[in-house]
Order: sequence, then structure tokens, then C-alpha cells
Amino acid sequence: MKLQKVIPYLFVSPFFILYAIFGLYPTIYALYLSFFDITGIGKGEFVKFNNYINLFSDSRFIKALWNTTYYALGSIFIILPIALVLAILLNSKYIEKLKGFFTTSFYLPLITSAVVVAIMFTLVFDTEYGLLNALLRSFKLPTYRWLQEPKFGIPTLIILGIWRYAGINALYFLSGLQSVSEELQDAARIDGANKWQSFWYVTFPLLRPVTLFVVVQAIIGSYNLFAEPFILAGQGSGGAGAGDGMLMMTAYLYVNGFRFLRMGYASAIGFILMIIIFILTLIQLKFFRMGEID
Amino acid sequence: MKNLNKLIIFLSLTIGVLITFLPFVYMIVCSFKTNAEIYTLPISFIPKKFYLENYHRLFTEIPFARQYFNSTFIASVQTVLNVFLASLGGFGFAKYNFKLKNFLFIFLLVTMMIPSQVGLVPLFLMMNWFRWIDTYWAIIVPGAVSAFGIFFMRSSMMGIPDEILDSARIDGASEFGIFSKIILPMSTASIGILAILTFTGSWNNFMWPLIVLSSDTKMTLPVGLTTLMNLYKIEYGMLMAGSFLSTVPILILLILVGQKAFIRGITVGALKG
Repeated sequence: MKLQKVIPYLFVSPFFILYAIFGLYPTIYALYLSFFDITGIGKGEFVKFNNYINLFSDSRFIKALWNTTYYALGSIFIILPIALVLAILLNSKYIEKLKGFFTTSFYLPLITSAVVVAIMFTLVFDTEYGLLNALLRSFKLPTYRWLQEPKFGIPTLIILGIWRYAGINALYFLSGLQSVSEELQDAARIDGANKWQSFWYVTFPLLRPVTLFVVVQAIIGSYNLFAEPFILAGQGSGGAGAGDGMLMMTAYLYVNGFRFLRMGYASAIGFILMIIIFILTLIQLKFFRMGEID
Repeated sequence: MKNLNKLIIFLSLTIGVLITFLPFVYMIVCSFKTNAEIYTLPISFIPKKFYLENYHRLFTEIPFARQYFNSTFIASVQTVLNVFLASLGGFGFAKYNFKLKNFLFIFLLVTMMIPSQVGLVPLFLMMNWFRWIDTYWAIIVPGAVSAFGIFFMRSSMMGIPDEILDSARIDGASEFGIFSKIILPMSTASIGILAILTFTGSWNNFMWPLIVLSSDTKMTLPVGLTTLMNLYKIEYGMLMAGSFLSTVPILILLILVGQKAFIRGITVGALKG
């Protein structure tokens, strides 16, 4: 029957229709725009690859690209290992009763709005009246001008990132840890492996799918990060921070597109962002599939 | 040895939780302080006196109540639309075989990788063309359905046995009837999870509302809060009060219904992706 064949398409079509209009069309149109020099309203001028060429000689864009990459590296090599340690702690049988409380608590920062988080952290990172420096002072440790010095821009964001994202990633790792059977670890232990060896050679390889997911999420999240740096950096610097120390690619796209109305230039930034995410994700997929047994 | 391990694990997690809570607690404390008191040393976790003026000013100096309504309205509508359309799509992919199924499903997965920022400028131009700038439409319609939602509902609906569908068909049920009378009631748990995730996502959304909403009576809470930080003056007390109040619904969701649901929701992506 003809109708029977059409029905499944009716079920899935709302997504594809809406995506075609509000997702695909703008993406393609952005590619088109990225070859034009358009400021504000008007037709603009076809400039071939000039927007892309100009971006790579634009020192603020290079700065944004570096900052974003620096943050992404911090996410992968600082935030995620902390998350893994947290997950191992959460997986301990000693805390069975409190597990629900701990996991809920670590989930809280993620579901709080990024704007609220950034507002809260203006009081954490404040040089004189901030919680972090007060804590450092009480331990007789050196304090820093977190929000004023360009070189602290990204480390500050990474500290915030630990607070906000280590918990959720720990929960991802935890879901992976729970699917690793205890017998396997026991077997390793019987064969003479110590705790560390049995984790490194037995458990960690089995976490590969979760690790892949978490790393890809961290990369995508890092390159899309907008609200926290934008608010924390403050309006005075146009959301870029002192000396552009917190200037991220998305903020630079926003400022170009919606403050300076450089539509073509902003679209080119968006495309570079997309290409970076694509390439890094593909590398990850390849890297993690490499040692797979099946 | 065993007890020592237990103590170390317990202590480290407790410190972790304290660090997690500390900024929240301090935010709430500061919402009851004057601006001058926030900038006083030593840092105190007990306000000198319960200063309520920040809350009063929040409701009188900016349309905070209206912004609260805007956020609630937009998040609710978006949640209903997302849950309905994602269930439809998820059902289509989970329970039917059709020619373009694999192609469309891979396409759906690929769309999840494309950052939404890419099409930001053209989407804004489109909203302008539709005359949707500074209206709820600009937020609700483009965000009416997500690829993740479909992926999520599909994963849960695949577990429903085909026999149930077949026997309903023999009884003469229409395909949409099967969907609304059998599939939806059987998927309430997943629907709940998706609803909570969508609601919080919409409630916290910042970049797109910042771009399309310009008048303070149309703004959602995150955008409205940023109006308290301008070049000349930052109203810390009001900011903390507003931040606290705008987090309350999310806190209630997490405490009452959310805990298990949130965690189940996020792990579906991790294990199946």
C-alpha cells in the first residue's frame, strides 16, 4: 500500500523540515557569506578567500584561536583526568550509601546556567575580595590577579572548567566503570597484578568508548565555549578580558557578527570553527579505534 | 588499611562537594549584603543584617518578574515541542523500515557535530526577514526539535517489542493511534528525562537569546541578568539575588524529580554514542 510507505517519513519529517530551514540553510548561506565583504545591510563585495586569508593575519583571531586551543588542551589533560579520579572514588564500594548525594552534588554545577556560574565566579576570582585568593592567603600561598592579567585568562577559565565540568565527566566515566565486570579485575589480581596495574591494563582499556565520547565532548564544548568567558571577562573588554586573555573564537565571532556587523568575516570564523571541530573529532575517532580488538 | 582507604575516599569526595557548594552558598550570602559589604575584608559568610533591598530593587528596577515569566514560558513551550517531535522522530526511526532510513539517520548524527555558531549570522538575518527579532518565536521555532532528542527517544523506543505494534494493527489501530495510545504511554520515563534536559537547556540558554532579544521585557533571565553589569556600574548584590532566584527552579527539579533522571539521561549518550 502506498500510504504505508509514506507513514515513516511523516514521523521523521518534522525534524528534517525544521533542520533544513533553521540549520542547513543558514550553514550553507554562511559558507556563501564567508566569501563576501559585507558590513551591515547591503549586498557586499565578492572577495573570494580574502576573509579567510585576513583572519590568519588578524592578531586578535590568532589570539582567540590560541586561547580556545589552550582551553581545549586544559580540558583534556587537566579536567578529564580529575574527572576520572573522581569517578574511581565514586565507584568505591565504601561510599555506597552516600553515592546518590555525591553524584547529585557533582551534577549541580552543570545544570546551573553558565551566566549564573560566571556571575558567581566574579566573586571567586576577585583579586582582593575573592574567595580563591582568600583561600590561598589562609594557606600562606601566593595570590594572583586572576581576572586582570592576560596570562591568567585561560588558567582562570580552566579552574572554572574543573569546577563546572569535572563532575559531569566523572559521571560519564562512572557509567563506564560500572559496566566493567569485577570478575575481570579479580582475575587480573589473581594473576599478580597490583591495583594500579589492574586499572591501567584491564579497566582503562575497557573505558575506551566512554573516553572517546568524553574527549570528543570536551573538544566540542571547548571550541563552543561562550557564556563563561564572555561574562567573566566583563563588558569593559567586550567579553575578551584584559589583553584579550579570555578572547574565545565564539566571542570573536559574536563581536564581529553582531557588534561590528561584519557578516562575512563572522561567517568565516564560524566555518573555521566547524572545520577544526570536524578534524579533531575525526582524529579522535581514528586514534581510539586504532587499538581496538574487534 | 581498609579504614584508612575508606577515610581518604570519603574525605576527598566531601572536600569536592564542599568546593562545589561554596560558590553557591557565597552567592546566596552576598545576595543579602549591600554592595559595600560584598567589598569588605575579611570575607564573611554571615551578612551583617539580612539586607533585602537587593531583592526589592530586582523587582522594581528591572522587569525581573516579566523575565521570569519569559524564561518559564519559552522553556515550557520548547519542552513540549521537543518532546513531541522527538518522540515522533524517534518512533519513526525505531519501529519502521524505509528506504532512506540509514541515510537519514546518519545525516541526523552528522548534524549533531555541526556547531550551531556556524549559521548564526544567516539565522539572524532570517529572523530579521521573518520579523521575529525580539519575539519569542525567534527562540522557540528554531529550537523546536533537536537531533539529540530523536536519537535519545529512538534508543528507548527500540526496546518496545514489535508484537505489541502488530497486534494493535490487527485490531485496526492507525499508525498515529499506535504512536499516541501505545508508544507514548510506554515511554513516559524517557519522555520525563528528555523533558527535564530540554527544560534546563532552554532555561540556561544564553548566546542565541542574547542575539535576538533586545528589549528588557522580552529578555530571558540569563540575558536580563547581564543588563545589571554595564560599563559604568556592576550591581553585585542584585546580580547575586537574581542569579539565586533564577537557579531555584533548576534546584527544585534536581532535588525533587531530577537526580536519577538527569544521570540516566546523560549516560545514554555516553554508552550508546
